[in-house]
Amino acid sequence: MKMSVVEIAEKVRKGSLRAVDVANETLKQIEAQNSSIHAFLHVDAKGLLEQAAAVDAKRDRGEALGPLAGVPVALKDALCAKGMPATSGSKILEGYVPLYDATVVAKLRAADALLPGKTNMDEFAMGSSGENSAYGPIKNPWDTARTPGGSSSGSAASVAGRMTYAALGTDTGGSIRQPASLSGIVGVKPTYGRVSRYGAIAFASSLDQIGPFASDVRGAARILRTISGHDPHDATSLNAPVENFEAACEKSPRGLRIGVPEEYFAAGLSKEVRASVEKAIARLESDGCTIKKVHLPHTKYAVATYYVIATAEASSNLARYDGVRYGLRVEPNRDLKAMYGATRDAGFGAEVKRRILLGTFVLSAGYYDAYYLKAQKVRTLIRRDFDNAFNEVDAICSPTAPTTAFRIGEKSDDPLAMYLSDIYTLPASLAGICGISVPCGMGAGNLPIGLQIIAPALREETMFTLAAACETHCPPVSPSGS
Amino acid sequence: MIHRQMMNSQFEAVIGLEVHAQLLTKSKAFCSCSTAFGAQPNTQVCPVCLGLPGALPVLNAEAVRMAVSAALAVNCSIQKNSRFARKNYFYPDLPKGYQISQFDEPFSQNGHLDIEVQSVPVGSPRRHVRARIQRVHMEEDAGKNLHDRGDDSIVDLNRSGTALIEIVGEPDLRSGLEAAEYLRTLREILVFIGVNDGNLEEGSFRCDANVSIRPIGASKFGTRTELKNINSFRFVQKAIDYEIARQESVIKSGGTIVMETRGWDEKSGETFSMRSKEEAHDYRYFPEPDLPALVLEDAYISQIRDALPELPQAKRERFANDLKLPANAAQVLTQHPAIASLFERAAELHGDALRVANFVQGEVLRDTTTRGLHAEIPLTSEQIADLLKLVDAGTISGKQAKEVYAKLRGTDARADEIVRSSGMAQVSDAGLIDDVVRRVLEANPKQAEAVKNGKTGVIGFLVGQVMKEMKGSANPAMVNEALQRLLGL
Repeated sequence: MKMSVVEIAEKVRKGSLRAVDVANETLKQIEAQNSSIHAFLHVDAKGLLEQAAAVDAKRDRGEALGPLAGVPVALKDALCAKGMPATSGSKILEGYVPLYDATVVAKLRAADALLPGKTNMDEFAMGSSGENSAYGPIKNPWDTARTPGGSSSGSAASVAGRMTYAALGTDTGGSIRQPASLSGIVGVKPTYGRVSRYGAIAFASSLDQIGPFASDVRGAARILRTISGHDPHDATSLNAPVENFEAACEKSPRGLRIGVPEEYFAAGLSKEVRASVEKAIARLESDGCTIKKVHLPHTKYAVATYYVIATAEASSNLARYDGVRYGLRVEPNRDLKAMYGATRDAGFGAEVKRRILLGTFVLSAGYYDAYYLKAQKVRTLIRRDFDNAFNEVDAICSPTAPTTAFRIGEKSDDPLAMYLSDIYTLPASLAGICGISVPCGMGAGNLPIGLQIIAPALREETMFTLAAACETHCPPVSPSGS
Repeated sequence: MIHRQMMNSQFEAVIGLEVHAQLLTKSKAFCSCSTAFGAQPNTQVCPVCLGLPGALPVLNAEAVRMAVSAALAVNCSIQKNSRFARKNYFYPDLPKGYQISQFDEPFSQNGHLDIEVQSVPVGSPRRHVRARIQRVHMEEDAGKNLHDRGDDSIVDLNRSGTALIEIVGEPDLRSGLEAAEYLRTLREILVFIGVNDGNLEEGSFRCDANVSIRPIGASKFGTRTELKNINSFRFVQKAIDYEIARQESVIKSGGTIVMETRGWDEKSGETFSMRSKEEAHDYRYFPEPDLPALVLEDAYISQIRDALPELPQAKRERFANDLKLPANAAQVLTQHPAIASLFERAAELHGDALRVANFVQGEVLRDTTTRGLHAEIPLTSEQIADLLKLVDAGTISGKQAKEVYAKLRGTDARADEIVRSSGMAQVSDAGLIDDVVRRVLEANPKQAEAVKNGKTGVIGFLVGQVMKEMKGSANPAMVNEALQRLLGL
């Protein structure tokens, strides 16, 4: 598994590589690693081989192949794909099989990508370590005693371990960027509205975005271009042209102005991460970028703001799991309310319950103004911080996460410590702008460190130009050394 | 009678109505499923209206257009920017666990409805009441829970996601009668502008009433109760009047009114407690993050305003003032948009509005049935105008017109064709009539002599003989004239 997404697609298109061989190699890697990593909840071997055969046959007939021909893209289990289970990491959806494809899944299929299966995750995307999965935790391929980050833990781990070539995740407050950083791969959170959310099992609707994981920047760029664009099924999807993000990777970063927010280099940031990120920024400076200090003064309110807004929306989004139509139903007696209570008590894990309660509280009569409304106002201030900064710079560089991968169990009893591991990714989510995490070095214990590059809404091209520049200094590596 | 009691009471009732009206869009509010009534349960559903994981709502533009029409028709001002909100509660007929509605930013507000209320005693002039409307907002309907199929309750989600408007009235009504009149007027407007079928039985037009009483002259409202889902105008009036009397007797006997939701038991004719306000939900409204703010541009609003048809009240006034119809005829002919336009077009084609009005009221309405927006009318405006013109021209008599109408009903035949094919045309040929009259006078010399001698009553017998001879087709006026002339009268 040494090829990149772009290499596979180009070889399959040319005919020098058969999609079926890629599929078999993928299945072999999953077979070899999944029992220890637990990245996949569902592997669709039959579907994968059929899709691969169909791609090869299409080529044999002389038909043009799509931009992701023969590229296996694993799907976070929060994404609906017809015929494959979708649990969103929860017992309450155990055995649930969607009747329709998410828009991103339909786009992947149309681009001739292969779908090896569904990846493990924190339940309903609530978590930063994968430990909140109802189906057991996910291990980091760099060190199986550690978490790969979360909530798109299985997607990140499957790409980090080269079990698949790429994956899709969802990012609500950092759930793509943080695990990409902890797993040593590239992960993109696009601008809110860039990618349709139709078919993504909702956590917090005003924050959720689907984005790609890949071992390299160009792979992520190609996948993002494939899944982007306006969707009539998602009223919040943007009607904006989709640029050629791969071409942006070939551009020189020279002349780009990079902002470095001092609020992101404060207490709580580990020394090795700080050193590695500062070195990456210095390399960009040597590539011809201008480095400038910027201020994002409301950063300190981001965690509180996020946990009010996201939990409020989640408390409503998760109301549909009531045992009436699909998924788990527990009926202690013939009483409707008792059924609701028992179903949700048995079906949801502790963190999900915590967030539903929190969200229910902040929306309650008498508390709405003090919490939800106030949080919305602070969200506007955080957005304005970025608007002001982007008057002076083209992009902002920061650490993606304060530390390298932490040990499984290390923070699971301390929700606040866990919440702080998203401290650098939450503000861009609240602002609805785009961000990428790209590997920028290794820390102690051979654990990867990620650089976060944040760009204004719909300026993914800038983000990719800088990420590609960073990658030239710090090429993709995998735990097996490739 | 309850009404009479209130008249002498020291209390006055304060009533505000909340009306839910289904919009007549072909597809649902936030997905493309059909809204047709009566399909097999759970066949008109999709991921969106089933609330499947990952599905998202997309606003139906036609629903917006109809909602704006309705708001304009009840004199509301339209907000350029409004928002949808989620109303959160658990119920099996609500698949997402929340209803998409509008809360603190509705698309319209500050309207009113002018109603005419029958005064007591009957026959005194009708009173004019202006009832303010707080707002009209858009929302989606829930599905239906069915409890009559065995041990389990079952859920039909065909109705889930159907577009509704809620018309929230201010507490400006003072009796069951006023409330019923408000509902009739509102229903008539919505049906006239084509956004609702006004069907109370099928639940496409539903009403909740907030009722309280207070001492006459007091400015503070009393504690209110909410009467839920009353499905006929008659029941609205009865339920409200019952509730007013109930509250009065509670207060008079030293009790206090409990804020609660009450239902109407049709059999006993009483309201009953359904749940108290302490058990009421906290709906935890918040802005719907899946839908962007609704922006209605001025040009769009004016376009809808310009396209609004004439409302029933205005039409009634115009029929009375311009077409000189009696008030009652104007009322009868504006009861349904299809009847009004049938009449108007026929009057235009024929030229004599009053004659057309009389004919439509006297004949056509007997055979007309309306159901919601649909009207089964037995003939067209053209057929009516042509038929009446045949009478005007003397081709057929007024009596024959009824026979022709009977044959015309339900066909697309032309009146003159039926007249011709059934040999019904009235003979107005003076020469022919004269010949027959001469023959009859010759055959009945005695009677002819009697008439000449002043026994004018006998002339009827002679007319009858002529008519008999001509198989009833003679123009009666001409027969009369010929007899008089030939008898030298």
